Amino acid sequence: MLLTADLGFGVLNPFIEAFTEQYLNVGVAEQNMTGVATGLALEGKIVFTYSIGNFPTLRCLEQIRNDVCYHDANVKIVCIGGGFCYGPLGISHHATEDLAIMRALPGMRVMAPGDLAETRLITRIAYETSGPCYLRLGRGGEAQIHQDALNLSLGQGISLFPEGEVALLSTGGILGNAVGARERLEAWGVKASLHSIPFLKPLDRSLIEMLSQTVRLMATIEEHSIIGGLGGAVAEALAEMPGPKPPLLRIGLREGFSCEVGDQEYLRKIYGLSTDSIAQRVYKAISKKNPEAKIYGVSN
Amino acid sequence: MDTRKLALKIRRHAILMTNQGKSSHVASILSMADIVAVLYGHILRKRPDEPRWPERDRFILSKGHAGAGVYAALAETGYFPVDWLPRHCAQGSKLCGHVSHIGIPGVELSTGSLGHGLSVGAGMAYAGKLDNKNYRVFVLMSDGECDEGSNWEAILFAAHHRLANLVAVVDYNKIQSLGPVEEILGLEPFAAKWQSFGWQVKEIDGHDHDQLMASLDIRSEPGSPPTCVIAHTIKGKGVSFMEKSVLWHYRSPQGEEFQAALAELEDVIFA
Repeated sequence: MLLTADLGFGVLNPFIEAFTEQYLNVGVAEQNMTGVATGLALEGKIVFTYSIGNFPTLRCLEQIRNDVCYHDANVKIVCIGGGFCYGPLGISHHATEDLAIMRALPGMRVMAPGDLAETRLITRIAYETSGPCYLRLGRGGEAQIHQDALNLSLGQGISLFPEGEVALLSTGGILGNAVGARERLEAWGVKASLHSIPFLKPLDRSLIEMLSQTVRLMATIEEHSIIGGLGGAVAEALAEMPGPKPPLLRIGLREGFSCEVGDQEYLRKIYGLSTDSIAQRVYKAISKKNPEAKIYGVSN
Repeated sequence: MDTRKLALKIRRHAILMTNQGKSSHVASILSMADIVAVLYGHILRKRPDEPRWPERDRFILSKGHAGAGVYAALAETGYFPVDWLPRHCAQGSKLCGHVSHIGIPGVELSTGSLGHGLSVGAGMAYAGKLDNKNYRVFVLMSDGECDEGSNWEAILFAAHHRLANLVAVVDYNKIQSLGPVEEILGLEPFAAKWQSFGWQVKEIDGHDHDQLMASLDIRSEPGSPPTCVIAHTIKGKGVSFMEKSVLWHYRSPQGEEFQAALAELEDVIFA
């Protein structure tokens, strides 16, 4: 079933028309939506709850924790508008801590696909995986990154460019900028591998372990706080791995709220998440490791 | 089953369990003991040897702090051995202070934070309506719990969707955590509030078993509104020095108070 808290103008119509009885608009009431979803799930339904930004998560966090997670209820929480998708609408609509908060909940799988191809596969995986899942989506306007057919299973990362002295790990809709940053780094003489990490939990630890043994620098890229999201998850994984490991550069949002007004790409630029900023930060970090390296097009 | 005897057993267990567990909320259990006894002893369709029987009526204790009363009712009606009860709140026990379903047959929903049960119950009722099932969903709430806004979201929802199979019972004992309900956040006119939200409302004496049986045995026609039973009760009912007292929301009966409470409950004679 699909439950919405009175959002999704236009986009839910195909579902409503095809599955009228499986659609329920609960009104502007996320706490009740999540409780009702739990009740439906405990009666055997597979339930998706839908809203935008922080509304399906933070507004009803305790219902997610106590009702959904403690009962291992088959509820999938869908957030439309992760990160700065709703940039000009202000901080109420910036979902920039959701991954960290959802990751901390016992039993919750956390998924942030990088483009529509990943979204299609991950929605199917969430549907087929019994128990709580969180899907953090963009707004559907993201660049199509994957041109070839994808195979994906729960917890698996996707290596788009497997080889490189630097490993770029990206989660969610910022993937397009990560692709651009990798190209720029290559032009500057730095070969970087690129991996989309659509599952923050369970995390692809074997991929991270493998990369940690072969690269000089790992960089995580996310439109989210550097606390507790992809950067946090990779830092935790690396810290627990034995042996020497490369330094980790967490590219994301530092402490604070965005008081700037602007669209998604504008805010990404302000907060160092544009293609250029990502490339420059990685380049600087790798150059510090290698002072002999010549810096191209990077201002200090 | 004699529901009055079951209520007395629940009250005795409540005193023993909160004594041994050194736990709070004994007065909250005593106030709802008759409601729980009539539900488990007479109203609920159930199979204690098959707790997940699909046709069972669902019962949710939304005032989860009174969980010991439900554990006692479940044990006394055959869901698990009565000798589990003295382990309430003991180290390593499954019977925690706020009702939990993990490892406890018959508990439909774990609660403890107030304002959760009615939404989940509404979801169960909606599923039952959708699937043309005959089960009913009973949610027992506290009065103080009605301060939580989430309940009013659920009250709107259940009425809008005409969840005829949903029954909310409010244990209206007039005392919440720090004092009288009317002083802290008044609910009156309480019945009128539910009615204005589209529920059918019954007001009864929540200690009168005849009234409880008559009002809780609800089988509304599909399409009817949900039902709210406002059960007027006395906090701490059955133990004179615990009645109408905020103190016994917190205090655990120990020593002479424990003996005195048990003695009062021993003296109950049924007509």
